[in-house]
Amino acid sequence: MDVAAAKLIGAGLASIALVGAGIGIGNVFGSYLTGALRNPGAAASQQTNMFLGFALCEATGLFGLVVALIILFAF
Amino acid sequence: MKMNPMEQFEVKPVVPIHIGHYDLSFTNQSLWMCIVVGLASLVLTLAVLNPRLVPGRLQSVAELGYDFVANMIRSAAGEDGLVFFPFIFTLFIFVLFANVLGLLPGSFTVTSQIAVTFALACLVILTVLVTGFAVHGIGFLKLFVPKAPFVLLLLLVPIEIISFLTRPISLSVRLFANMLAGHTMLKVFAGFVIALGGAGGALAALSVAPMFLIVAITALEMLVAFLQAYVFAILTCIYLNEALHLHEHH
Repeated sequence: MDVAAAKLIGAGLASIALVGAGIGIGNVFGSYLTGALRNPGAAASQQTNMFLGFALCEATGLFGLVVALIILFAF
Repeated sequence: MKMNPMEQFEVKPVVPIHIGHYDLSFTNQSLWMCIVVGLASLVLTLAVLNPRLVPGRLQSVAELGYDFVANMIRSAAGEDGLVFFPFIFTLFIFVLFANVLGLLPGSFTVTSQIAVTFALACLVILTVLVTGFAVHGIGFLKLFVPKAPFVLLLLLVPIEIISFLTRPISLSVRLFANMLAGHTMLKVFAGFVIALGGAGGALAALSVAPMFLIVAITALEMLVAFLQAYVFAILTCIYLNEALHLHEHH
């Protein structure tokens, strides 16, 4: 197997990490919605935490994407 | 014509300057950093040039930004965190303007370069370290020793130290990867539009569909631009809070 083919396969495998990001982000927003529907008064105060949780979750998934890009372009 | 979505991130010299062996060219990245700083300074200076007690629109925007960052620092780092307000406001405004200006077609996103974001993250961590050692002296190292039985500490202290040392990496890669992924996605869809349009016939009519997607993704990217600037700033506040008040709760 030549290097170019292996690179493409490696990049594809590394992108599977984004599944975790998808599940995590869905979890964050789902929990916010559940809480907001039970206690609408407290919803606005937790928006900050919701966005923070979303960004941190997205970041972890994007670390996997960065590995994929490193495999594709830096080797 | 080969369309490479990664080509937009190439750093190209605008004014080549070579001194001896060193390449000190004024690159497109330098140009856009100057544009970011110039535009941010211009907007914020114009906003408070003729201040009124009941603010006009531009002054209102500047005051909203100011209050936003001040409240963020107050809630994350307490009142004595406000000493760092100029630093965190500058950081927030720079990252925000850099992210948003990168959305203009044909521009260069300054924060999509790991060199830039890593420099910013190193600046943050150095500030945290210097603050911690200045306020607490050598007692700053108590940050890595949580309240736990001694046997657990043998495992916990290395974990705490490693998680502290990966902070600059996670801070920089988070911003860099978000900008990189967003702009690459936009370029890939733009490539679809061109490919479909060039195919002619019925497929050319279909080329509107990726165009709508580009509009939707640009909207998402505007949210991400603001959000990533906010997350960078608030994580800086949280790390400074840990340096200022080691493990105390307020």
